[in-house]
Amino acid sequence: MQNMNLYSRGDKLFVRINIFLLTLFALSTLYPFIYIAAVSFSSGSAVTAGDVIYRPIDLTLAAYKYVWNESQFWVSYMNTFIYTVFGTIVSLLIIIPGAYALSRPQLIGRRFFNLFVAFTLWFNAGLIPFFLNMRDLGLLDSYFGIIIGFACNAFNVILLRNFFEGIPQSFEEAARMDGANDFQVLWKVYIPLSKPAIATVALFCIVSRWNGFFWAMILLRDEGKIPLQVFLRQTIVSLTSDEEFGSTLLEAAYSYETVTAAIIVASIIPVLFIYPFLQKYFNKGILLGGVKE
Amino acid sequence: MKNSSRTSSLIQHFKREWQIYLLLAPLVIWFLLFLYKPMYGLQIAFKDFSLFKGVDASPWVGLEHFRTLFDSDMFIRAIKNTFIISFLNLLIGFPTPIILALMFNEIAQGKFRKSLQTIVYLPHFISLVIIAGIVINIFSPSTGVVNLLLQKLGFEPIYFLTQPEWFRPIFIGSGIWQEAGFQSIVYLAAIAGVSPSLYESAVVDGASRWQMMWKITLPCILPTIIIMLIIRIGNLLEVGFELIILLYQPSTFQTADVINTFIYRQGLVGNQYDVAAAAGLFNAVVAFVLVMAANTISRRLTRTSLW
Repeated sequence: MQNMNLYSRGDKLFVRINIFLLTLFALSTLYPFIYIAAVSFSSGSAVTAGDVIYRPIDLTLAAYKYVWNESQFWVSYMNTFIYTVFGTIVSLLIIIPGAYALSRPQLIGRRFFNLFVAFTLWFNAGLIPFFLNMRDLGLLDSYFGIIIGFACNAFNVILLRNFFEGIPQSFEEAARMDGANDFQVLWKVYIPLSKPAIATVALFCIVSRWNGFFWAMILLRDEGKIPLQVFLRQTIVSLTSDEEFGSTLLEAAYSYETVTAAIIVASIIPVLFIYPFLQKYFNKGILLGGVKE
Repeated sequence: MKNSSRTSSLIQHFKREWQIYLLLAPLVIWFLLFLYKPMYGLQIAFKDFSLFKGVDASPWVGLEHFRTLFDSDMFIRAIKNTFIISFLNLLIGFPTPIILALMFNEIAQGKFRKSLQTIVYLPHFISLVIIAGIVINIFSPSTGVVNLLLQKLGFEPIYFLTQPEWFRPIFIGSGIWQEAGFQSIVYLAAIAGVSPSLYESAVVDGASRWQMMWKITLPCILPTIIIMLIIRIGNLLEVGFELIILLYQPSTFQTADVINTFIYRQGLVGNQYDVAAAAGLFNAVVAFVLVMAANTISRRLTRTSLW
């Protein structure tokens, strides 16, 4: 806000309290991450004794070594990469051309097709019919099922369509004069002009693929195909109930808590890497464009 | 004659514009196959469904599954819990991002504000399994920080995640922790659109920052608040059931079991597909009515509507 120098005394107090409260909120947001990181680098016995508060106690990499030697961890990590990369590519291959077509004024039935997409925002068949449909399509327990079954959603289509609609006709006129067809107009005019919107959609896809667990948990039986998040959930569930793990670990330098914490850290790191890109793109226009209609 | 000229102009149109339809085709096929075909499958809510016979060949049973559902205490409890949790979520979770945005707006643009924002947006991008893992860790009765703190203050440790009365506060709290920061972006964008001249003239009139916040900023972002409220009400039944599945256990079902977790257990775990689909249909219809109602009300009241 402007006029920062025009503070009265009451304003100064107001600003200080405000900064204090916001800092407190940010710290409480950050704290759980710091805590988990601290646990992952601590010894199992220090965690069990309740000594770990915000920094590692008995600094050790034992939990990471345990995770490193767990072959299922690497299998799942690889699977998550596969789902994220191919899932995002397939999503963009469907969403970009579709959104372009929906933004064309000459499309016959344009209103119908837009309603066809938007209706799915308001009405959804739900878990059971979706599951049975995947089963009927033979997409249970398959990489392809996870990749194609969640490739699209109305929100991303509408977001990109709105962005395409906002591009002035004049941009494509020159290309049309040169005899460009729709494929060329999309490729040479719309896509280059829509980089921020496409990047936003791509990043949404990447994040939801990286984090997705529910349907992977339902649809995949083969341990060799499960993504990292399903593996993490299994670890949390199985280690909680597995007495043996706890007792054999009493002497070991790691424990249930430190192992889960280490897996959590390992799966957050890639998100932290793309986070700066994410931040760059969630600016006002793009998000609001998706919200409206 | 007229008809055939229309047909020929249509043929002309497709000859000229076929590329658009080709570009649209994958999207339409995907929506038909993965979103509309399941809607056809919803009919099993009225059938005695068996996997062996399939959707079409299973015999009709009318409203039997709905009678079963409404006779079941567990389903009634799930409806009740869904509404209680989403209402609490609306009451506490809706204003929080607005307040956050107003507070951020009072800090000058700069490194400090930017780093605070970077921190509060982050949890939105973290998976629910991790959120659940963190919650389980932090509230653990033996090693969790919350209980360590309680013990230092001389209290007995609390088994938070096994006690029904603690489920809702923990679930709603973790939802706010995860999403409030990110949701504030929409309001910050709206605030950025407020004309600076309004503030300038208010300063000339000697208004305090507190007054400007209430009398200028808040009224100016009201349309955005209303849009977000409509979306929120429309999604009222979508309590984050995935996080509930990760956090609840039989001892907390009493306060934690919502319609979608009920469907998950009946259908996907218990294989009672038809009854679960009936519960899903009920859920979808109520949700649809809510969106439509919210939008109509908003159009009447404020002329701000979503479509």
